[in-house]
Amino acid sequence: MKKFKQAAAFIMAASMVVASLAGCGDKSAETSAETTAETAGESGSTSAAGGVFKIGGIGPTTGGAAVYGQAVKNAMELAAEEINAAGGINGAQVEIQFEDDEHDPEKAVNAYNSLKDWGMQMLVGTVTSGPCTAVVEKTFEDNMFHLTPSGSAVESIQHENAFRVCFSDPNQGVASAQYIGEHALASKVAVIYDSSDVYSSGIYEKFATEAKNQSFEIVAAEAFTADNKTDFSVQLQKAKDGGAELVFLPIYYTEASLILQQAKTMGFAPKFFGCDGLDGILAVEGFDTALAEGVMLLTPFAADAEDEMTKKFVGTFTEKYGDIPNQFAADAYDAMYTVKAAVEKAGLTPDMSVSDLCEGMKTAMTEVTVEGLTGTITWTADGEPSKDPKAVVITDGAYKAM
Amino acid sequence: MSFISYLINGISLGSVYAIIALGYTMVYGIAKMLNFAHGDIIMVGGYVVLTATAAMGMPPMLGILAAVIVCTVLGVTIERVAYRPLRNAASSLAVLITAIGVSYLLQNVALLLFGADTKSFTSVVSIPAVTLAGGDLTITGETMVTIAACIIIMAGLTLFINKSKAGQAMLAVSEDKGAAQLMGINVNGTIALTFAIGSALAAIASVLLCSAYPSLTPYTGAMPGIKAFVAAVFGGIGSIPGAMIGGILLGVIEILGKAYISSQMADAIVFAVLIVVLLVKPTGILGKQVQEKV
Repeated sequence: MKKFKQAAAFIMAASMVVASLAGCGDKSAETSAETTAETAGESGSTSAAGGVFKIGGIGPTTGGAAVYGQAVKNAMELAAEEINAAGGINGAQVEIQFEDDEHDPEKAVNAYNSLKDWGMQMLVGTVTSGPCTAVVEKTFEDNMFHLTPSGSAVESIQHENAFRVCFSDPNQGVASAQYIGEHALASKVAVIYDSSDVYSSGIYEKFATEAKNQSFEIVAAEAFTADNKTDFSVQLQKAKDGGAELVFLPIYYTEASLILQQAKTMGFAPKFFGCDGLDGILAVEGFDTALAEGVMLLTPFAADAEDEMTKKFVGTFTEKYGDIPNQFAADAYDAMYTVKAAVEKAGLTPDMSVSDLCEGMKTAMTEVTVEGLTGTITWTADGEPSKDPKAVVITDGAYKAM
Repeated sequence: MSFISYLINGISLGSVYAIIALGYTMVYGIAKMLNFAHGDIIMVGGYVVLTATAAMGMPPMLGILAAVIVCTVLGVTIERVAYRPLRNAASSLAVLITAIGVSYLLQNVALLLFGADTKSFTSVVSIPAVTLAGGDLTITGETMVTIAACIIIMAGLTLFINKSKAGQAMLAVSEDKGAAQLMGINVNGTIALTFAIGSALAAIASVLLCSAYPSLTPYTGAMPGIKAFVAAVFGGIGSIPGAMIGGILLGVIEILGKAYISSQMADAIVFAVLIVVLLVKPTGILGKQVQEKV
């Protein structure tokens, strides 16, 4: 008994430390909580059910993939404010708490645990694949509803409680190969991928398989690893020697920015084609955006699209956060409205247990159709979305729909 | 033609390793310790150049000078604060562990000051690339400057060690610390000078590294630091020409391994070669032959 008391005291002390740290570190989380409180006050009299849905978010707001986490965080807050201003979900307000994981699986699990201490009922996250694959094990254990905006690895949603908004890696690989083939972008293609990263190698494998059915051939498939990702001269030289007209880059933007730079210095100017990992390349500090001119990306969202919904989203987002939203922001925005749609479909309320919410959501997710920024999305029970792929090309330092 | 291109890239990469390895090998030769923070001094140098040129608008040469000064001061300070008090500690492990601690300290301070986001580095080399053989072979300005810097530094260091009084003092300290002290050589001063030179070389290496591979994070120095350490062991730790040869061989093996064996096995190949060399010749390539150990 004494031991138990000691343990309990330690845990309480530890959680107080965590809480106080979270309090001073996460300014925006505080502000979002305040806005929630304000809007809750305004609409309190009109809402019948009341209560608050506590939705947690996890993603890298610092580190190499910070562009993604920041975009998701901002878009989630934006969507929550809109939803709250419009009367909430089933009369209940939404409260968001976002934790940083620095694109690190271990830190993501820690973030998940501190969100649980906060009282999270549903998880919208995590932003990147590796951490998501770690966290999905935890949400499955707790039977918590898990919707990732952009965790694209197959394993990221391997359990029945998890769904995603973006395409999976295999889907991206297949869709990229089809896009290149159908639009006859090139007849000789080289691939440079990160063999130590599940996202990158996952896309590459499916791309290579699908390429056999397409009108182009892969003349070079060169890998690099996490420990050897600064010198790409060999990979580019091989692509050049193979006569590649297009280099497919299923990798993240940090390495891609180096590849573009080194290709230019060696006088190699093929077309470059990437997936959603390249999204963010224009935001690298000090990067000469002229290098990215003409780079094509398979991404479900283009900020310059002409439809009403995109215009409104881009307008509010730019006004509020000062930059143009990327695909991750759009995925996260759709994720929030997906949660809303599914909760309303299943008629859930905040006073239900985490597990009951999850059961309700699991069924509702396969029944809803969401008209989102990234297309009209429906889900299958394995958590995969179904929507049309789109591609954009970088022109004058901005995305243009192709 | 692509073979020549690979070879040039390998020599260029190897030259950067070599300059970093010189810092490792000099410190080891004289103080008999492994300065694991050496790679992170490179990272600091990179941030100094970036801040000086991009944020404060200094010309590149001034930026490099600023990096050399900051790194030299940092290197000497680290030696004075973290290593010297432990030099006579019972276990030589103490100073090794301290060095690892300093390495993490530098990384985390940089993380705090500059954030973890990748910064794109603008090359300070303004020499245009040379295109040969009708466009098949391109040698970048960075490659030429790196190789030239490497040769100049090696020649300069060799002259310094053999001809100057301070250099002779270094040789004496490396051979026998106690005897050198008895002969009236300031051992602490000599070791501090070694750290100063090593850190200044790290600053130059940082400029070359970041110009050739223009991305900078707080972890930028870690992997090149380890590779350079391998290069120093490869060439025979304690030997200046050995560090040079080890560095360049390592770079060439890495690039050729990537090109002709497997691009994802580059590091595995490098370390496999290291193991073979050490099995055959445990002191490294130039470990024994060289008399002047510095």
